[in-house]
Amino acid sequence: MRKLIQFKNVVKDFDGQLVLKGINLEIMENEFVTLLGPSGCGKTTLLRILGGFIEQSEGQVFFDDIEISKVPPYKREINTVFQRYALFPHMDVFDNIAFGLRIKKTSENIIKQKVTKMLKLVDLDGYENRAVTLLSGGQQQRVAIARALVNEPMVLLLDEPLGALDLKLRKEMQLELKKIQKEVGITFIYVTHDQEEALTMSDKIVVINEGEIQQIGTPTDIYNEPENRFVADFIGESNIIEGIMIDDYRVFFDGVEFECVDYGFEDNEEVDIVIRPEDLDIVEPKHGKLVGNVISTLFKGVHFEIVVQTANRKFIVHTTDNSPIGTQVGLHFFKEDIHVMSKMGTY
Amino acid sequence: MKAFRNLVKPYLFWMGVFIVIPMLLIILYAFTRQGNDVMTFTFTFDNFIKFFDPIFLKVLGKSLQIAFVTTLVSIILGYPVAYYVANTKEKTQTLLILLITIPMWINMLVRTYSWISILSDNGFLNSILKAIGLSPVSLMYTDFAVTLGMVYNFMPFMILSIYTVLAKMDKALIAASYDLGANRLQTFLRIVLPLSVPGIIAGITLVFLPAVSTFVIPKFLGGGNYMLIGNLIENQFITVGEWNFGSAISLIMAMVIMGSMLLTRRLDRNVEESDKGVNHGNGGVMYGRQ
Amino acid sequence: MVGSKPAKWLPFFLIGSTLLFFYLPILIMMVFSFNGSRSLTNWAGFSTQWYTQLFNSRDMMAAVMTTVSIALISTVISTFVGTVTAIGLSKSNKVIKETVLMISNLPILNPEIVTAIGLMLLFSAFAIRRGFATMLLAHIAFSIPYVILTILPKLRTLDPNIAEAAMDLGATPWQALIKVIVPQITPGIVAGALIAFTMSFDDFVISYFVTGNGVKNISILVYTMSKRINPTINALSTILVVIITIALVLVNALPMLRKKERIAIE
Repeated sequence: MRKLIQFKNVVKDFDGQLVLKGINLEIMENEFVTLLGPSGCGKTTLLRILGGFIEQSEGQVFFDDIEISKVPPYKREINTVFQRYALFPHMDVFDNIAFGLRIKKTSENIIKQKVTKMLKLVDLDGYENRAVTLLSGGQQQRVAIARALVNEPMVLLLDEPLGALDLKLRKEMQLELKKIQKEVGITFIYVTHDQEEALTMSDKIVVINEGEIQQIGTPTDIYNEPENRFVADFIGESNIIEGIMIDDYRVFFDGVEFECVDYGFEDNEEVDIVIRPEDLDIVEPKHGKLVGNVISTLFKGVHFEIVVQTANRKFIVHTTDNSPIGTQVGLHFFKEDIHVMSKMGTY
Repeated sequence: MKAFRNLVKPYLFWMGVFIVIPMLLIILYAFTRQGNDVMTFTFTFDNFIKFFDPIFLKVLGKSLQIAFVTTLVSIILGYPVAYYVANTKEKTQTLLILLITIPMWINMLVRTYSWISILSDNGFLNSILKAIGLSPVSLMYTDFAVTLGMVYNFMPFMILSIYTVLAKMDKALIAASYDLGANRLQTFLRIVLPLSVPGIIAGITLVFLPAVSTFVIPKFLGGGNYMLIGNLIENQFITVGEWNFGSAISLIMAMVIMGSMLLTRRLDRNVEESDKGVNHGNGGVMYGRQ
Repeated sequence: MVGSKPAKWLPFFLIGSTLLFFYLPILIMMVFSFNGSRSLTNWAGFSTQWYTQLFNSRDMMAAVMTTVSIALISTVISTFVGTVTAIGLSKSNKVIKETVLMISNLPILNPEIVTAIGLMLLFSAFAIRRGFATMLLAHIAFSIPYVILTILPKLRTLDPNIAEAAMDLGATPWQALIKVIVPQITPGIVAGALIAFTMSFDDFVISYFVTGNGVKNISILVYTMSKRINPTINALSTILVVIITIALVLVNALPMLRKKERIAIE
């Protein structure tokens, strides 16, 4: 895969307030990249810098190895699907999609072919002459995608495009977007604060918080090997425990020393430890590595969410077998279920 | 809420007396002959036939022409102002709109009267011309002076109603247009201008309507013999006392104005449609009087 | 926007010259209110004689009194009637609401002179002597539609069940109106009253046609005096300009000072 976009030490401040604090990021061709983080973390700002709608305060942005900071948005081979679609209300579906091609003075013949093809791609054949103001949210979304893709950009930017849709439609569109990306074979850069959405669709997730990249990796990396407390907490549910790394493969927390698979820390370094709720098992007290009492249990459909109070903390456990409140139980986990993170974070 | 519905009733009566009856009276007077006795009415078309005299038709033509030029100038000068104001920072916008609004709160007659001091033969403008060595110009009592007075009085309505639409326009639409490859000019012509048509139409109503019917501006800046349709009506009621003919002229004027407005709306087939996208509200209407 | 650098001087020049165009006559009017001579074109040194004359002129003071008293009375009455009607309309069905609004808006959509002669014919048909009372009635009549138009949108944003809730809790319809609905639409009522006041204060055309018996407001006085130039009008206008500007600046500056600058990041 070829490197397509590179951010080099990008800083952005709005009136003295630092929104991006030195972003370094590479994005490859044909990648589905998600910028994930809580609102206000700077992810949309990063996207808008790439789109050319705002300029960074410091640093460079390369596109195909060319610095593009001074290139106006209408000269970039990048198209955007806006947060609330930004469809032109005075044009019908066809004219909205044809807009970019008409600007490039494409012949009407070719425009008709391309628009028709796009409408088919987004499943809207026959909607050519509808007023965009009368379409449903999901349909508007599709028009916005078609309008951007018809220009055959090398990169498509999507700024929380599913935020305005209801849950069921969101799930459908997530799969659809992934399908479209495979079909057109270009880079998608997707901004969201919804971790589940990010895990479902992305090839690569970039977790951002307070203007800094926290971790870059595949969905499985990010989920299973969070680099720091923030990532572990933001992605999925987790039990985060403070502990001490005694030595390679040996970690101490809650008064017990455990065997683990992590190494490369300093001796007796203070660390954060993550154990995912689904990695914890409830066993007989005598077989447990830790012992506690069940203090609450909730049926969640696929599993039970059980909270176990041990001597030092509450553990959340996801399991398919229920245990009644008040029973004394043991908690079991394997050494590879313990994930040790540096307090500093790698990035 | 039956109890609250009854609150409308007093106003129904009031409207009948102060809106409906006056309208009916104008129609009644327009179609009757003046009699000595108030209670005897003779039906006639004479008042309308009388209007179709070249002298009166010329007055109507002139009124429409001046109102048209006023409206056109207001759009051409007012649009860029509204556009630039809408593109400044939010705080600057508030200040500029306040500055544009303040003069409208000051008595229109006084402001118009003040133009005499500027335009008259030995007025402000000619003193400046003299000072820089140019020959003085005679501006008072011309079509130019009357049109200038109208543009001065009515252009703020145009600016405000276009500004209202531009300020409310979704900035993402402009970003989307750039994103799709359109440059500044293309974005303006294809996105901003079409979407601001409702504002222009509202502005036309607010400028054209008072410009056709005003009689103060032509009287002050056009002189005592300058005759527009408003002056004609004023004369019939105040000086000549021909109420029946005056009522007929008013009806004709109202019809002509209504016709022009329908024509304007027809010019843009999409007004209804784009109204939904860019809700321009009635911000400007509140100031819609002279 | 990256890469777009429009000429800075053009907007500046355009907005600047437009404002100059709007303010030049006002500035000249104010300057000549301090003129030493009667002329409105030649400067003859500084003097406050026109201000003294203004306060000594019975005609002028009478016109000011008429204007202010009609504006005050018509504002109170039209605001009350307009508010009550708007509340009633908000609870009426669509057909009644639209019909009432259509008729009520006629004076707004019609040229002013048509409304004016209609009222003039009305007063003459009922043989009412034209003067202060007819002017007052006319002002109330043309103000009410504006008050209704200002208050209706405020009522539309109100929770439709709010009056029911009050009555459910034991309030009579009247109490629900006074204690629940009116407080919520107060900004609209104030705005409506302000519009009614300024419309009345500045009105010329309608007042001109419905007055009689020598009753004149400021506008009529200016119109009838236009033959005989008199800088006392400038003096009066200058005072009004100063009052209006101070009021407008206060009204607009206060909320602006309170509103803190917000920075949108995401």
